[in-house]
Amino acid sequence: MRAAIEAFRLGADVAVLTKVHPVRSHSNAAQGGINAAMGAEGDDDTWEVHAYDTVKGSDWLGDQDAIEIMAKDAPQDIYELEHMGVIFARDEYGRLKTRAFGGATNQRTFFVGDITGQVCLHVMYEELMKAGMRVYEEWFVLELLKEEGVCTGVVAMDIKTGDVEVIQAKAVILAGGGLGRVYEPSTNGLICTGDVQALAYQIGAPLMDMEMVQYHPTTLKGNGALLTEGARGEGAYLVNSEGDRFMSKYAPNKLELASRDVVSRAEAMEIREGRGVDGCVLLDCRHLGEKLIKERLGQIAELATLFAGVDIVKDPVPIRPGMHYIMGGIKTDANGATVVPGLFSAGECANVSIHGGNRLGANSLLETVVFGRRSGAYAVEYARQAGPFHRVNEEELAGKHTAKFQDLMDRPYPGYTAASLRLELGVAMDKNISVFRDEQGMQEALDTVRDLTGRFQGLTVRDHGKVFNWNLLSTLELENMLVCAETIAVSGLARKESRGAHAREDYPERNDADWLKHTMAYHSPEGPVIGYEPVTITNWPPERRVY
Amino acid sequence: MKTVNLKVKRYDPETKESRYEDFSVEVEDNEAVLDALIRIREYQDETLAVRCSCRSAICGSCAMRVNGGAKLACVTKVDDVANEDGEITVEPMGNMEPVKDLVTDMSGFWSKVRKVQPFLRAHQPPPDREYIASQDAMGDLAHTMNCIMCGACVSDCASLEVDENFIGPAALAKAYRFVGDPRETQESRDDRLKELSKYSGIWDCTHCYACVEVCPKDVAPMERIVDLRRTAQESGFTDNNGTRHSDSFAKSVSESGWLDELKIGYQSFGLDDAPMQLRMAPTAVRALLKGKLPPVVHHKRPGHEHVKRIFQEMEKE
Repeated sequence: MRAAIEAFRLGADVAVLTKVHPVRSHSNAAQGGINAAMGAEGDDDTWEVHAYDTVKGSDWLGDQDAIEIMAKDAPQDIYELEHMGVIFARDEYGRLKTRAFGGATNQRTFFVGDITGQVCLHVMYEELMKAGMRVYEEWFVLELLKEEGVCTGVVAMDIKTGDVEVIQAKAVILAGGGLGRVYEPSTNGLICTGDVQALAYQIGAPLMDMEMVQYHPTTLKGNGALLTEGARGEGAYLVNSEGDRFMSKYAPNKLELASRDVVSRAEAMEIREGRGVDGCVLLDCRHLGEKLIKERLGQIAELATLFAGVDIVKDPVPIRPGMHYIMGGIKTDANGATVVPGLFSAGECANVSIHGGNRLGANSLLETVVFGRRSGAYAVEYARQAGPFHRVNEEELAGKHTAKFQDLMDRPYPGYTAASLRLELGVAMDKNISVFRDEQGMQEALDTVRDLTGRFQGLTVRDHGKVFNWNLLSTLELENMLVCAETIAVSGLARKESRGAHAREDYPERNDADWLKHTMAYHSPEGPVIGYEPVTITNWPPERRVY
Repeated sequence: MKTVNLKVKRYDPETKESRYEDFSVEVEDNEAVLDALIRIREYQDETLAVRCSCRSAICGSCAMRVNGGAKLACVTKVDDVANEDGEITVEPMGNMEPVKDLVTDMSGFWSKVRKVQPFLRAHQPPPDREYIASQDAMGDLAHTMNCIMCGACVSDCASLEVDENFIGPAALAKAYRFVGDPRETQESRDDRLKELSKYSGIWDCTHCYACVEVCPKDVAPMERIVDLRRTAQESGFTDNNGTRHSDSFAKSVSESGWLDELKIGYQSFGLDDAPMQLRMAPTAVRALLKGKLPPVVHHKRPGHEHVKRIFQEMEKE
């Protein structure tokens, strides 16, 4: 939406196409806040420190030119959100207030209680309504059009009617979010199925660093719901079954506020070594007091009560690492451009690369606004010089997909469903490509993905209706998820070192001599072909990473 | 693990007919109605349509009626709503047309949100940095911004049932979010209050509390509507039926100890609104014929002076 607003402001004819209503999108789930170094409370935080923290958080896999842009632009983008209407928390002088967050040298996270993402998302939609922007609500993209090497629009289905249409455009910006449903469980919403990643990959845009999958340290055991890092930012402790604040062993300086990969590994070690509580460790908020919890952590208090039956004011809540975010994604430059002319991308689906091997909390919302804005602007610039629309055979393009749907509906029932295949996929990924990985496990995951891809060919769609055919939709989503999962496994097997979220038990050390480079997955009919690209280093050469 | 029986109201977009279908499904402790619905559509009947995504009450997709009242299915625990036979009735939201099964058409909901000019109209030009605002003001708005636009309040709104033009609790709560924002200009605030005081706005809520009860995010839309009414009156927007109605009500009770139902009728519309007064006439005649016309002479009730004293005490505060 930020990209659309920028393009609209620059005078382009813009439409937003989304598979759910815009306010149902998963940015809602960014609870804790958004980072910017602006010395809000008279401290001496600078963009350089923010950039350094991000580089260190990324385990030196982030591209430093892009990280610099983000850290420098951050304050203006936060002010812009504030001017649009975001009700950021204030200090006693009425100025913006910050809270502490993981992996950050200084306190620089601006927030609205624990609903920061929700408020930013709704305010962004208010801007869309203000502009009177055309929104294709509940439309699902089936294919990116590519003519003579250039992206020229999309083929999409109106979920409400089942109609398939061709929408031509001089520039297409993909901002479709994450792919968390490839894992089970995941903190991600059911809509996060990696659709745009798979589509871009299939028309030649490589997916970069797909092995970098973030496990969030504090998720609930049952349904995998997220409890914000803001809880630890406000001072909550992590304790094991013996009542020790175990983080002192793993990150003596930052303790609970080390980067997410570090905290998740520490928790996994505690659980593995028998100091867990029923497969979890404990998040202890009791000393924060009821008032603070109510004011700043109200939503997670509610979630803990609902799904774990724990009142966090009175008791510690069992939590464990859970799949949360994909650092990898569609490779773009700092203007959001992919290698395919006319195709741009921003947000979680893209990889600029800011987060490298591990994303810092509260950098994701920031990435969406900074690179959303930039990709909107550059897409307009590109569109202005792009050639005229070609005449395309709409009937043929749409017909190809409707014929595929019919084929799916005509097949005999194979005894399994899209849901059962997805569950198998998610369990295999969570078992084998999670906090810790090794060759054998990742190979097992890859074998499972390939087996499922084979069985996918036998799937049938038993709902023959046109309106809200969830059965068809979830089948198409599964197809996209399998494509993404394969790139995750193949990229993971390729990287023979440990860096950021990619912690290999068979290669436990970071190896800058051989592996300070991006993994690129290119599409081919036989599966992903792996290549490499250098990491851009500007001011911060690799160091040992200690928190 | 236990088995529950979900009685689901299904709507077929092709035949345009609704029917109830029973599904027997196994659930674990702590599971929600949405978990049960997802299990049905994944393993029993893949044609079941339901919107859902986050499963933790933030995306606002899965509002529906559970046992007759609007709820977010993802945070409605099966244990809390199943009757002793393990039965739960699930229906699409009210005051909206079904599209398929539990999916409703929310376009009307959003067009009403758009009617309240749902974006900040702040002092211009903006400051170089942030607008200065108090945490109290921002915290108060956070209460309203907690709204996830799920539609539960609109589903169960009693006023909307009788007048579909009523702008409704969600849009009005959204309007409050701007009226109450210190960054908004006075001009814009006045403009909003003036518009909101017209027909279909803040005075068309009947105070039934349904929206407060069903809101899964504690936004309490009706209380925001009451806040808007107070702010509108304090800002001088009193030339409307709502203000006249409440003034007439208060005046009658304070003077006589009880409500003069005859007066409140014509006083609410304003004596200068002759067409509206005439439109009331048939109602009055029908009431007269059925012997239900309120007494023409409105006597004071015994003890009315005590009621008046209550009013006087309240005004002192």
